Amino acid sequence: MADLGRGCLLLALAVCVYGIGASLYGVRSGRLEFSESGRRAVYALAGILTVAFAVLEVAFLRNDFAFNTVADTSSRTTPAFYRAAAVWSSQEGSLLLWAWLLSLWASLALFLTRRRMREVAAYATAILLGFGGFFVSLMVFYATPFQTTSPAPAEGAGLDPLLRFPTMMIHPPMLYSGYTLCTIPLAFGMGALLARRVDAEWIRATRRFAFAAWLFLGMGILLGARWSYSELGWGGYWGWDAVENASLMPWLTGTAFLHSLMIQEKRGMLKVWNVSLVLATGTLAIMGTFLVRSGILNSIHAFGGATLGVPFVVLIGVLIAGSIYLVVSRRDMLRSEHRLDSLLSRESIFLANNLVLVGLCFVIFWGTYFPLISEAVTGREASVGPPWFDRYTVPLALVLVLLSGIGPVIAWRRATLANARRHFLAPTALALLTLLALLAAGVQEKPLAIAMFCCGAFVFASIGGEFFRGARARRAMAHEALPVALAALVRRNRRRYGGYIVHVGMAVLFIGVAASSSFQHASELGLSPGQSTRVGAYSIRYVRPTATITPRYDAAHTGSTLSLGAVLDVTKRGHHVATLLPSEGYYASEEASQGTVGSLIGGQPVSHVSMDAGISRDVWTAIEPDIETPTLQRIVSVGNRTLPPEDAVVAIGYLARSYLQHPPPAQFHFIVSPLVMWIWIGGLIVFGGGLIAIWPAPSVVRRRVSMRLRARAAHGLARA
Amino acid sequence: MSVLALVLIVALLAAVVFVVSAPLRAAHRPVDAQSAERDRLEAAREAKYREIRDAELDFRTGKLSREDYEAVDGALRAEALEILNRLED
Repeated sequence: MADLGRGCLLLALAVCVYGIGASLYGVRSGRLEFSESGRRAVYALAGILTVAFAVLEVAFLRNDFAFNTVADTSSRTTPAFYRAAAVWSSQEGSLLLWAWLLSLWASLALFLTRRRMREVAAYATAILLGFGGFFVSLMVFYATPFQTTSPAPAEGAGLDPLLRFPTMMIHPPMLYSGYTLCTIPLAFGMGALLARRVDAEWIRATRRFAFAAWLFLGMGILLGARWSYSELGWGGYWGWDAVENASLMPWLTGTAFLHSLMIQEKRGMLKVWNVSLVLATGTLAIMGTFLVRSGILNSIHAFGGATLGVPFVVLIGVLIAGSIYLVVSRRDMLRSEHRLDSLLSRESIFLANNLVLVGLCFVIFWGTYFPLISEAVTGREASVGPPWFDRYTVPLALVLVLLSGIGPVIAWRRATLANARRHFLAPTALALLTLLALLAAGVQEKPLAIAMFCCGAFVFASIGGEFFRGARARRAMAHEALPVALAALVRRNRRRYGGYIVHVGMAVLFIGVAASSSFQHASELGLSPGQSTRVGAYSIRYVRPTATITPRYDAAHTGSTLSLGAVLDVTKRGHHVATLLPSEGYYASEEASQGTVGSLIGGQPVSHVSMDAGISRDVWTAIEPDIETPTLQRIVSVGNRTLPPEDAVVAIGYLARSYLQHPPPAQFHFIVSPLVMWIWIGGLIVFGGGLIAIWPAPSVVRRRVSMRLRARAAHGLARA
Repeated sequence: MSVLALVLIVALLAAVVFVVSAPLRAAHRPVDAQSAERDRLEAAREAKYREIRDAELDFRTGKLSREDYEAVDGALRAEALEILNRLED
């Protein structure tokens, strides 16, 4: 079947080349049928890559180790659930996933715009096929997922144990969907510039895709944070890692675009800014992929090879140069149709919000690429750590949260000071009350966290007031009960109120971040069974060790051969709170030099975190058992000398029993963090608000509203 | 290359050629220059309707005073009418 996969890639490349040529010829010569043929080439690309992806997926599920990718990233011990996701754990597989998702999203975008903006869509088709062709070329010439070895190895290296986590099934596809969706507004933006059609139509056509990109990217980032918190043994959810930052940057510029596009739609303003944001978002999405794939920066997530660096640099260079050329050469067409009516207007708040978001992106860009910049300038690689990022991003995040509460209560075009003052009264009062309550409760250190709580309170009151006033107005008009009026209000103004819900979710999320990062208690120490320690208000006692062994081919578990852990009793003021069971999994390695027994546990050990998560706080624990003691090492070395591979697991059983009978002190990491749960709850609120905003209004409602507005406009004509 | 893979690739190629060449096999359709302008005006009309609705909601939720609302609404309706007139032309 590898032949079929390789054939699909060659066919996909040919389709991309043809589609680019047909689209460009069609739009340049005015022959519509060629443009349509180019659009159909995108559909064909989606079909071909679906077949290619299915071939690779089947190879993983069938343990076909003749495929090098399968042998490198999967094994019979890898559970089927994770084998299905192992496709995108390899460089080659993730390139295929990228190209496949791009083809699917591009097909959807071009299908929905098939009767509109034919010129713009034809250029966009060529650009999207250019991206598709680029990724397919990488698979054809640099990293093919369908390379085989004969004879096939009997066993594979296995999936990285760190990736054996349920959210890893959906985190990469979500991120990649976000990245690939970012290229759609970019393609249409470039298409609009090339076709010299820079009115709001291209924005209207791709707005939903920009929103979807934002939503997928955001959820992908949050799932990654959840994985980091629940699976990695360091206890954090965000470490300002290069790859994390790479996904955050297009999300920030995408957020800015989602706000500023409304100004262009309504007022014909900010055309240069919007097109620049779209081009920057698309380019940053490609740069994000480049960071993961090139291995150019150190990251726990980067698993690419150096071979892909040059092609990506060329692509990014072309994108940047092309973007600058197009914006500069079309600057006369990008002039604003109106000016700001008032500094006290929603347009002004959106502008401020855009500046903060782009400022945040710039800070993160500088910090992320600083090692490269430093090496280029001084010859020495230097990097900046989380404190550097926090110094600049925390104040900007505070301003951003505050603006998310101010914007919704300011009218478009012009707002009067009196109205604004009236609407700010309750939010300001709640923010001050929050401040007083915190001070009265003795929370006086960490002023930035306190400021975030106050800003959050401001947002809740401001948006809560907006919902109430909207529902009250609706009730007065339609004579409905308040809950019915509220539901009808949201249903009829999905974008506006979905967006407000997103603002609330972001405020909740930031409150969770501020509380958990500023007021956490952490402790790292060694304990023997029976010993206790205090972490914040909690007492944690190491009750006894645990040890389990998993038969080598038992696919029901995550695939670890040996798991050593502890039973921990968590109490608060003498009352039992929770029993926690952190452990560390030891996985088989393929290194024969470790011996028959050593190789069963010689792979990368992975911490299995145990926590008691709650609405007000999480008690988070991780263990690092000591298996390097002379007694345990002796069992391994004797087993290596005397036991054949089929009996080696017996020595692991001895090792586990010895560990239980004579447990050495284990290293523990305890964290008590307040309000972490609210980060995930905030994320879910954002997701819900995003879905409401993106969901199309029923066509019947749209038609009815259009007819009503048409009648109103006609009424205005009659009066005139 | 196995025979099965070869057959599948040829079948896929035939399907691709069929799908991609369909518009070329159909009758020639010239670009309708007017439709592009109509699309642009329809987009502008939808955006203007949205702006009218937003201004109304801003007024009803107390963000705009009556005088400001009437001024803004009047201007928006005039702009909407201009677009409607151009669409009807």
